[in-house]
Amino acid sequence: MQDTSEQFAIRVRDLVVAFRRHVVIDHLALDVRRGEILGLVGASGGGKSVLMRTIIGLIPRQGGEIEVMGAPINHDRATRSAAGRWGILFQQGALFSSLTVRQNIQFPLRENLMLSDALMDEIATAKLEMVGLKAEDGDKFPSELSGGMTKRVALARALALDPAIVFLDEPTSGLDPIAAGDFDALIKTLQKTLGLTVFMVTHDLASLNTVCDRVAALADGKIVAIGPMRELLQSEHPWVRAYFHGKRSQMLQPKAS
Amino acid sequence: MATAPLLTATPSGDTLELRPGGSWTAANAATLERLSGDIAPQLDSAGIVKVDMAGVRELDTLGAWLLEKMSRRATSAGHRADIVGIADNYSGLIDEIRQVNRRTPAPVPVRNPIVTKLGEIGRGTIGASEDITAFLQMLGSLCIAILGVLRRPRSLRLTSLTYQLYRVGWQAIPIIVLITFLIGAIIAQQGIFHFRKFGADSYVVDMVGILVLRELGVLIVAIMVAGRSGSAYTAELGSMKMREEIDALSTMGLDPIEVLMLPRILALICALPILSFIGSMAALYGGGLVAWFYGGMGPAIFIARLHEAVSVTHFEVGIIKAPFMALVIGIVACSEGLRVKGSAESLGKQTTTSVVKSIFLVIVLDGLFAVFFASIGM
Repeated sequence: MQDTSEQFAIRVRDLVVAFRRHVVIDHLALDVRRGEILGLVGASGGGKSVLMRTIIGLIPRQGGEIEVMGAPINHDRATRSAAGRWGILFQQGALFSSLTVRQNIQFPLRENLMLSDALMDEIATAKLEMVGLKAEDGDKFPSELSGGMTKRVALARALALDPAIVFLDEPTSGLDPIAAGDFDALIKTLQKTLGLTVFMVTHDLASLNTVCDRVAALADGKIVAIGPMRELLQSEHPWVRAYFHGKRSQMLQPKAS
Repeated sequence: MATAPLLTATPSGDTLELRPGGSWTAANAATLERLSGDIAPQLDSAGIVKVDMAGVRELDTLGAWLLEKMSRRATSAGHRADIVGIADNYSGLIDEIRQVNRRTPAPVPVRNPIVTKLGEIGRGTIGASEDITAFLQMLGSLCIAILGVLRRPRSLRLTSLTYQLYRVGWQAIPIIVLITFLIGAIIAQQGIFHFRKFGADSYVVDMVGILVLRELGVLIVAIMVAGRSGSAYTAELGSMKMREEIDALSTMGLDPIEVLMLPRILALICALPILSFIGSMAALYGGGLVAWFYGGMGPAIFIARLHEAVSVTHFEVGIIKAPFMALVIGIVACSEGLRVKGSAESLGKQTTTSVVKSIFLVIVLDGLFAVFFASIGM
């Protein structure tokens, strides 16, 4: 008992999520190990975001069990308000547009901890610098940020309370390849420094290849394949084959000749 | 798992040995801040500061920063600070934290308060003149759009116009009828109550009739429409602006004024006179009911008195104002919508501005019309 909860950050068993009669997640099982970066791939509209939102308790489930860091997750206030347990990077950043960058990062600190303003400023600046931004950027408003900066600020906010797990929803979507590569490197670095477990929904084949320790493929509401990238490339499942062996994925193929 | 954080300081000769212990994590933030604050004065006096991390069981950014801050304080006082006993899994974090907060950001220059105030007044004045420019610009582009439609009647968006008419006209009827009915009833009740003192209660019909038809009917309806439909226009156009939908329209070679604003403003111009008429009738009906049940004046007498008291002129004076008020509400709502910037806050601000400004302008316009009608003797 002790070693399973020590070993796994997220355990999902027999999960069923349906909207009316439309079953999105169908008896799904998934384990995320502590300290790994897990990439989740799946068709657009195939339930990746639904799975992520169910794990963090935003969507009610019809059946199954979810455990995060050994604690059961339910669709209720208690789960959702368990701040500090996880940080979430939403796809569009979801920064509060009426607050400055610094206030955005301080928001979880201010709401959950009793800290002096001076220390809070120092922590916010520290987080900003850890995600590769400058202290001066803290006074900007979200509408003044570029796409890459928005993602970095959102990541800094997700990390504000030093959570053990971060959920990233398409972290590199909408970024140019250089910015996406930098962001991948940042995730890897922070994961090492802070000892994070990262659960990442992504379509970016390059980030799957470079930063993810394991990749899980979601199709037909189930995890049809899970393992390191090279194992998934050998998977025989038709959807996984189509995903990784399509025209766009040629660059990932080992050179035959 | 989480244990209370500790910090023991043992001075030995010139060396101050710090032994942090327990969980140095955000969960214990308040305690940690107090602990590190208490120890700070001792750091200045000690020659060598030695931090032994062996006792730390958990460490996160906050804890690491507090430790780093202590060692920086000692270093800046010209002493040596050594950190020993760092667990392997935290060495990366501590190295990272050593890099942050190194550069002090440039101080914000302090401005003269009088200059700041003058600047604000100046900006306010420029803002007011910009408002007038924006209004005139919108009026101008609307006229151009109308001319375009007159030249090519097929370019009028009939579907959109009908839909907007349904929204701002048909759907507004219940609330307009309810409000004006109540207003008419209240005026009649107050009139009867006070006029009765000097036996003039039959003149209540004159008062209700003239007041409602000339002024209140159209004014109340215009204010209601500004709050109900003007705000909706601003919010709609504002969020379309935020999501670049208006830019998308322009790049397809379409004029946003013609596609989005013209149908909306035309719908308002058509709907407001109709709503004013319905509202006036509801107010008269409310007044009549109160006169009957509260003042004891039967419907037949009420209608006969009304017939004598009001003429078509009164009705015309009221209803002529309606399209102009609709135009003002529509232009203000649309131009405020187009001024929305990227944030949710700006959307809320422009919507508020739109409602406040259009109600203000509607009342000002009503006053101007009163002067005009008085001078031409209507």
